[in-house]
Amino acid sequence: MAEQTIPADRPESSPPPDPTPVPGTGPDHSRAAAAPAGPGAKPDAAVVRDALGVGIAVGLSGFAFGVTAAGSGLSLLQTCALSLLVFTGASQFALVGALAAGGNPFTAAAGAFFLGIRNAFYGLRLSQLLALPRAVRPFAAHWVIDETTAVALAQPTRRSVRLGFTVTGLTLYVLWNLTTFLGAIGAEAIGDTNAWGLDAAGPAVFLALLAPMLRTATERAAAGLAVLLGLGFLPLLPAGVPVLVAALAAPAVLWLKGRTPGGRAADVMEGVDARTAIPGGESGGESGDARNGRGEESTGDGRRPAGEER
Amino acid sequence: MSVWIAIAVTAIGCYAAKLAGLLVPAEALERPLVRRLAALVPVALLAALTAQQTFSTAGSLVVDARAAGVAAAAVALLLRAPFLVVVAAAVLVTAGVRAIGG
Repeated sequence: MAEQTIPADRPESSPPPDPTPVPGTGPDHSRAAAAPAGPGAKPDAAVVRDALGVGIAVGLSGFAFGVTAAGSGLSLLQTCALSLLVFTGASQFALVGALAAGGNPFTAAAGAFFLGIRNAFYGLRLSQLLALPRAVRPFAAHWVIDETTAVALAQPTRRSVRLGFTVTGLTLYVLWNLTTFLGAIGAEAIGDTNAWGLDAAGPAVFLALLAPMLRTATERAAAGLAVLLGLGFLPLLPAGVPVLVAALAAPAVLWLKGRTPGGRAADVMEGVDARTAIPGGESGGESGDARNGRGEESTGDGRRPAGEER
Repeated sequence: MSVWIAIAVTAIGCYAAKLAGLLVPAEALERPLVRRLAALVPVALLAALTAQQTFSTAGSLVVDARAAGVAAAAVALLLRAPFLVVVAAAVLVTAGVRAIGG
C-alpha cells in the first residue's frame, strides 16, 4: 500500500530532515503559524491534499479486506472488529488467510503479529517527529501504520508532520472501516466470492506491499527463500506454521550474508555510517519502510547505482 | 470462538507493537541487527503469504486461476499502476480465467 503514498515528484533524501520548528511556534502554538513561515514550510492545504490522497486511495481498499474476510468465513462482526481494533492491513489479511486455511488461532495471530512489528519501528521515528505529549501517545499509537508514517516522514516541519499524520490517520481509519463493512455485506450478497476472483485480492495486496521492499539482493534472497520454505512446508506442517518457518528466511539470509566476505564488508560499512552513505535517490517515492528499517540495508548494497529502479 | 481468540490476540499484539515504538527509548531498537531483522522479517512473511495464498487450497499446493490473477497484479506493479488498479487487475483476471473455465 505504501509504495504509492509519496508523490513521486517530491525530492526525498532519507532520512527526512528533522522538523525545523519555527522559533516561537511551539507545538501548542501551531495555530499562530497559520501562514507558513520560515524556509521549508509547506502550506497546510498541500499537506492536507497529500494526506487525503493517500487516505482515500488506501482507505477504499478496505473493501477488498471486507470481501476477503467474509469470503473466508468470518462473520460481519468479526470482520469489522478486525478493522476497528487491529487496523494494520497486512496483519488483517494475514490473519484471515491463516484462519481460512484452518490454522489454529495462536499460530494465525503470531503471523499477523510478526507483520505488525514493523509498526514499532515506524513509531520510533514518529515519536521523534511528532513529539507528542505522553498522554496523547496511546491514542496516536493506533494510527501508526505504513501510510501515516509515509506521509508524516515526507513533511518538512513539525506542524505539517502532525497535520499529515492526523489527516491521513483519520481519513484512512474512517474509510477503511466503512469499506470493510460494505465489503463484508457485499460478499454475502455476491455469494461465491471465488467465482468473482476475489480470492486473488489477498495475494495481490501482499504483492503490492512487498514489491517496493525488494530493492536489494538481500531482500530478494530473503523473499525467495521464504517462498520456498512457505510452499515446501505447506503440505507437511499444520496450517499457519509454514509461514512462521518462512519468517526464518530473514535471519538465515542475514547470517549467510555475514559469512560471505562481501557481506561482512558491507556490515562494517553499515555500522560506520548508515546515514550519510544512503544514496539520495534511493528512497524517492518509497514507503516509510525504507527509511525506518532499511537505511542500513541500502548502504550495504551501496555499490549499486542509486535509484537504479527508476 | 477460536476466531475471536485470534482476533483478540492479534489486536492486542499489534496495538502493543505500535505503542511500543512511541514509548520505547530509541536506543532499544536502534541496534543495527535488530533493525535489519525487523526490516527483513516482513519481506519474508509477505513473500511466503503471497505464495501460499496464490498456490494453496486447504493445505495442498494447487495452480489455478489465482496464479494468472497474481501474475496480472505483478505486471500492473511493474507498470507502476496505483494500488487499487493492482488489486483490481488480480481480481478481474482471476474471474476472467474462471469464467473461461481455467
